[in-house]
Amino acid sequence: MNILVNGLITGIFFGFLLQKGRVVRYDKQIGALRLMDMTIVKFFFSAILTGMVGVAVLHNLGITRPLILPANIGANIAGGLIFGIGWAIIGYCPGTSVGALGEGRIDALWGIFGMLAGAALFAEIYPLMSETIMKWGAQGSVTLPQILGINDWVVISIFIIIGCAFFYWLEKKGL
Amino acid sequence: MEDKEEKGWSPYLSGGLTGLVIIVAAWISKQYFGASTCFVRISGYIEQIFSPGYVERSDYFSRFAPLVDWQVMMVLGILLGSFIASKTDGSFKLKAVPDMWASRFGNNPVRRAVFAFLGGILLMFGARLAGGCPSGYGLGAMVQLAVSGLVVVACFFAGGIIFANIIYRGSERK
Repeated sequence: MNILVNGLITGIFFGFLLQKGRVVRYDKQIGALRLMDMTIVKFFFSAILTGMVGVAVLHNLGITRPLILPANIGANIAGGLIFGIGWAIIGYCPGTSVGALGEGRIDALWGIFGMLAGAALFAEIYPLMSETIMKWGAQGSVTLPQILGINDWVVISIFIIIGCAFFYWLEKKGL
Repeated sequence: MEDKEEKGWSPYLSGGLTGLVIIVAAWISKQYFGASTCFVRISGYIEQIFSPGYVERSDYFSRFAPLVDWQVMMVLGILLGSFIASKTDGSFKLKAVPDMWASRFGNNPVRRAVFAFLGGILLMFGARLAGGCPSGYGLGAMVQLAVSGLVVVACFFAGGIIFANIIYRGSERK
């Protein structure tokens, strides 16, 4: 099937589930950052833990090949923190802003315009950073099992145990 | 009304099902989740309308050319999927100011729009510097046990938690 149609269908499922989980709301996103309502955190890590298992099986069977974003520690940390500050203001991330608009949250549209402006701004400044900050601490496309020298499934098992303990703790705390 | 709004699916269920969507996308489309790259492509597309030569010469827009790919379609799908989900269960609501924002910063939609715009600039600048957003680094990279995913997701939450608590300091927690 056409790759673009696949993308659209994938997105429809993703958007449907994001909305059903009520993850696309400002109140849920900021509720998590204020450590009051962990709905989005539960959703996010449930998706990651489930995906982790299936994707590892696909990799192991040779059906898919890993496509790992490189670790450039300097840019990862600086960019991650700047993102966090912006996230606390807008209360949507790029994927959920589009989902929020889909359920009628008009303010997300202004956020989307801001994000497009932010992308244009970044493209302007990119030549100044591409050989400097964006290269600091470059580690290449490494995975946690690779740098620890242990099997993928050991790492996945540890993640699942930590994840379940974390979910249990959140439920106990009523978050 | 309020009840209908709040009664969604369990985040564990909707999140777990999203994990299945991630697996199927990797299997069938050979694609991993991400959302912020398509903002670069669309931004380049808009700039191209005004100055085509400029976009062609740009280093960054050469790396992420203005074109429609799997991810652009996926993000468009999010809009449709959320619309379908909210229209079919009655939770669709036209709203210009989120409740929690209103309780802290007031009900002015212009003020909210300005800050959403500014926050959006900062967020996307950070995402592109880091190399991706929560979709790309969480649902795309962490799923593949990438070191980059762990580092970036930790920083997203660290920056967000610190700054949200600063701007909401002293406001009521409920």
